[in-house]
Formats: sequence, C-alpha cells, structure tokens
Amino acid sequence: MTDRVTALTCARKGGLPVETVTSASPAPSLPRLGMPAPPFQAETTHGTIRLEDFKGSWLVLFSHPADFTPVCTTEFIEFAKLHPEFTRRSVELLGLSIDSTYSHIAWVRSIETLFKVTVSFPVIADLNKDVATLYGMIMPGESKTETSRCVFVIDPNQIIRAMIYYPLTTGRNMDEILRVIDALQTTDKHGVATPANWRPGDEVIVPPPKTVEGAVERMQMPGITCTDWFFAKKALPK
Amino acid sequence: MPCVKPDGTLEPMAQAIVRALRTPRTTEGVCEHLRLPLYRVRSTMRELVEAGLVAETAGQYGLTPAGQARVAQMV
Repeated sequence: MTDRVTALTCARKGGLPVETVTSASPAPSLPRLGMPAPPFQAETTHGTIRLEDFKGSWLVLFSHPADFTPVCTTEFIEFAKLHPEFTRRSVELLGLSIDSTYSHIAWVRSIETLFKVTVSFPVIADLNKDVATLYGMIMPGESKTETSRCVFVIDPNQIIRAMIYYPLTTGRNMDEILRVIDALQTTDKHGVATPANWRPGDEVIVPPPKTVEGAVERMQMPGITCTDWFFAKKALPK
Repeated sequence: MPCVKPDGTLEPMAQAIVRALRTPRTTEGVCEHLRLPLYRVRSTMRELVEAGLVAETAGQYGLTPAGQARVAQMV
C-alpha cells in the first residue's frame, strides 16, 4: 500500500528474534476505500479462485460468521434469491467464512433442501483466516474465531468502492447493498453524486462548482434544480 | 488441483471447458459458448493450463496433445 510506510526491522538478540517497530509502522493491514483490493487466492466451493479472476466485473465479497447458523442462513437465502439482480448489474457474489469447503457444501445443500433456494455463487473456505485477516473481517471485540458480517464492493478495476460492516447479531439489508451498487454505477456512468436515500430514477446531485465563476454559472444553468450555488440536482436521462 | 480429481478424471466444469476448447477460443469466447461467469472460466482454465491440458497462444486457448487425448477418452 502506497500510503503506508513500513519500518519494521528484525534483529537477533540473545538467539531470539526481536522486532523493532518504529513510530512509522503501519496499523494492521486493512482495506481502504479507493485503494486496490488486497489480492488473494483461496479455496472455494467453486474450486481455487483468485481475486484477479473477477477483473472486469463488479464483486461483492462478503463474510458471515459460520455455516449452519440461523442469521447467516437467512442472509444466504436472500443473497441467493437476489443473485439474478446482482448479475443484471454485472456483479458477482463471493461469500467467506472460517469453515471448510465440506461444511460450505453441506450447508449450501441443506439450504437448497430446506428452503428450495439454490446458492449458485462461490464461498471461500478460509480455515487459515488468510483472507479474513487481509480484509479485517475478524472483529476480536465480537469474536476471535468468526468473521463479522462484512461487505466489500469491489469495482471492475479491483478498487474497493464501499465497505459495510454489521455485527454478528444483525442480518444484512440486501436491498441496501443493491442500492449502493446502483449508486456507485450511476456515479461512474454520469459523474454525479447521489443524495441520502437515493434510488434509481431519483434526481442526482450535480457536483458543486470549484470557482467563483463556476458558482455564478451554476445559478443560471438550465436543466437543473438549483437551490443554491452549492446545492443542485438534476434528473438523469432515462 | 480441484479441476482434476484424484483419479485423474476431470471435474464437470473442467470437462465442459475442455470440450469447448476443441475449437480454440478466448476466455470470453468460452464464457459466451458455455454461458458461464468469467471468474469461473478464468480459474478453471488456469488449472487446465497448469495440468498441461490447455495452452494459450496470442490470447486464444486450445487443447495440447495431452488435452486432445483426454477429450478422446471422454467421448
């Protein structure tokens, strides 16, 4: 990561390794918005997958605490039901928990049998916690052995565009994840921002001007709803 | 290598891709032909290349002699 300075020196003293961490040492590696998603290779229910395999598609990488638990089961059912909606937006889904591939397979098959829903996206078996650690999915204050309900929205260039964290006890709002994706894709396509509670079809925010002349121009600009020079909305072409 | 089973036979996904590569194709071409997501084809194709069954030339993937022999066994 370019924004971090690693100043870790290792020396041997009295036969034991000694780590000297200077004040410039980085915090534990955590993903940041706008930065490249940390690359990984992982075993999944669809075989060995690398992050780079998703290049060119949007990706929702999400973790759940454990297989065969009730809240996670409701989430998987909803992710599976909405899978076509994600696909329609060119978004792939990739689940993760600290369980084995066999556990994932058994759980996914149980969901299919019990709830008549097919889980057709891959699930990472992160038994060594490699990916979970890389993405900061374990919240030791909640659990040291389970991943929390984390969601990473990664764009086709593999840049992290959104991160959402839910605690162990609270199931995710899938509609909000879809809404965030709609908003990000709208921003990319039209160079606009989206206001609170925005939904596709609503007016979008026109970025504020950065010069005095731009502010004057903005107040007279046709085709936008201009409340003040810094606060203008417009409808997008349908 | 998950696409190759311990007994040396191929997983269903790998079988489908190897069959599709009787005609050389790009990764995207395989996706279109089999209606599969890109990540699935990329990851399986990588393993087939590592297994020596598929080779890439100028962006096109095709069967190696070993791959052709494997397809002949499958048919």
